[in-house]
Amino acid sequence: MAETKYMTINMGPQHPATHGVLRVVLELDGETVVSSIPDIGYLHRGIEKIFENRTYWQGQPLTDRLDYTSGMSNNLAYCLAVEKLLGIEIPKRAQYIRVMLSELQRIAAHLLWISTHALDMGAMTVLFYGFRERESCLKVLETVAGARLMPDYIRFGGLREELPEGFLKEAKAFIDDLPRRIDEYETLLTENVIWKRRLKGVCPLSAEDAIGYGVTGPVLRASGVNYDVRKAYPYSSYEDFDFEIPLGTAGDVYDRYLVRLKEMRQSVRIVDQAIQKLPEGPIKADAPEYVPPEKEEVSKDMAALIRHFKIMADGIKPPKGEAYASIESSKGELGFYIVSDGSEKPYRVRIRPPSFLNLGSVSKMIEGSLVADVVAAIGSIDIVLGEIDK
Amino acid sequence: MESLYTLIEMVVKNIVVVLVLMGCVAYTTLLERKLLGRLQVRLGPNRVGPFGLLQPIADGVKSFFKEDIIPDEADKTLYVLAPGISLFAALSMFAVIPFGDTVTFLGRQIKLVVADLDTGLLYLLALATLGEYGVVLGGWASGNKYGVLGALRAAAQMISYEVALGLAVIGTIILAGSLNLRDIVSAQEGMWFVIKYPAGFLFYLVAGLAEINRTPFDMPESESELACGFNIEYSSMKFATFMIAEYAHMFTIAAIVTTLFLGGWMGPWLPGPIWFLIKVFCVIFFFIWERGTYPRLRYDHIMQFGWKVLLPLTLLNVVVTAALVAMGVL
Repeated sequence: MAETKYMTINMGPQHPATHGVLRVVLELDGETVVSSIPDIGYLHRGIEKIFENRTYWQGQPLTDRLDYTSGMSNNLAYCLAVEKLLGIEIPKRAQYIRVMLSELQRIAAHLLWISTHALDMGAMTVLFYGFRERESCLKVLETVAGARLMPDYIRFGGLREELPEGFLKEAKAFIDDLPRRIDEYETLLTENVIWKRRLKGVCPLSAEDAIGYGVTGPVLRASGVNYDVRKAYPYSSYEDFDFEIPLGTAGDVYDRYLVRLKEMRQSVRIVDQAIQKLPEGPIKADAPEYVPPEKEEVSKDMAALIRHFKIMADGIKPPKGEAYASIESSKGELGFYIVSDGSEKPYRVRIRPPSFLNLGSVSKMIEGSLVADVVAAIGSIDIVLGEIDK
Repeated sequence: MESLYTLIEMVVKNIVVVLVLMGCVAYTTLLERKLLGRLQVRLGPNRVGPFGLLQPIADGVKSFFKEDIIPDEADKTLYVLAPGISLFAALSMFAVIPFGDTVTFLGRQIKLVVADLDTGLLYLLALATLGEYGVVLGGWASGNKYGVLGALRAAAQMISYEVALGLAVIGTIILAGSLNLRDIVSAQEGMWFVIKYPAGFLFYLVAGLAEINRTPFDMPESESELACGFNIEYSSMKFATFMIAEYAHMFTIAAIVTTLFLGGWMGPWLPGPIWFLIKVFCVIFFFIWERGTYPRLRYDHIMQFGWKVLLPLTLLNVVVTAALVAMGVL
């Protein structure tokens, strides 16, 4: 009797389809995966620890660097947590703008996902189509933030500054154009025989397993679990908007694909509503001890100058306590848990990255499938290593 | 004296064909990059020379000056030999393909084909399989696990489509009554086989795509799964040789499609070789176009497709064609 010997193969950290520096150790029987161990940490920068040595202001730019495909959403999650700690109320206008920007960011992140996922499956052209739209989306975001990937625009207490002139028009033009473009991707992929054969029934995750692994976001919803932080625990006035939560049934890679495409269409709806309903008013909370004054005031008003200097140089001192706030980022539930000891630096910041928990389910998903499906599974959970390794 | 002339004729034909073929292959790479670029809302190479026309030369020079690495784990002889096998097979396949009728030069009738074999089609089928050995051996000899997986896939894929490929051309043999490619082209006088025998054309096109390892059948390479598979460890000119072999193979398959189904060199007004090239590039255009459209299949799907769909269909096709010819319909 011949003894069956398995081949151990290292997928990554240098591999075109592991989306960054993920390493998966695969045990293969032919091309069938017997077992697998995802190995992470190649991008560890100790962000949680760095937070402890920075003031609350200085911590803010670090959030951009977590999930670098959705900077705005990360900013928002951090700000919500700090605002909870400070107990300040944000004006409606700022809340609406936050919603608008994080939905645009979700669109950009999903566009990046569909591009890379299609490339992993060998559909090269979709990559370029997706990047074309992502480019225009990033340009819209760039007009607000001045940066494409690291916006640092949503700040606690409101926003960095008022929206630039013409932004709403640009955003409107982009979202009006987008549904047509999504149709284009669907023409190339959704009913494509090869695409369906590659994705349908591949690497399914049952609802129980998904909940058991703590999976959130589109992956969870593709398994048919109706959980979206935007609906379950509305933040930043999401309750004012009319949108649906797309759900899947089978929980396979194909459902995840469909759910994300539908989510993009819903995001378009939300942005559209936000643009239409955008109220006038201030964009910063009325909390002088925590929120710096407008830049113009600083150059005219002595008191404003002192206040600005005080906040920026000393940092703010939130009351003792702890706060947790979470949002629905493009990958899933992104949470920040902040403990304050009353000083200007947080005592502890804990980040709940959605990609990290979603990645946990990969071993379960790919057990018994083929090497080609491993790529499909990793692509379908849409991980970003910056967020996983922190 | 006569034999000397024949010898000179052979040598000249060989040199001319290889040079033209290599030129065509080099510019097929540029065409692919340009066209694919256009399909993918980008420009493609346009920096080297006007419209990027010198790009293939730059690519060649670049590969030539790259460091040539042979991994310690590699089986050195096979590792070095493999790209050669691929290129040899791809180039020698072209020998039997007629690219024109005859020309009269210095009072001599010259057939525009390197080797006018009576068993031309058999020779093509045999060499096509030989080319796959380059891929299988190359992947295996690199001593890399991804390379081995690529080689395994290449072998699995080869046995899945090879039979169908052979069966697809049997119809043409029945129709033309000859294995000689010149005779097959002559038999298409008046009506191309693509019209007379469209099923065979489609089968051959699909199986041909599988043979040249192109999307959606690019299993052995599949850069997103196996990180380039069989040629993962190859660098420098060895890698370039694989690339040249791949494109030469693509060009040859396009030439075979032209010869078997699209009436070869035949066409009005223009000289034969020009028609031949036009048709070949139309087929190549199709190859590039579908690469821009389709995702990659999974290798077990290809095997299923090869054995469960393509094989029965081509078999049926052979029987039906034979029956129709026997009844005098075709």
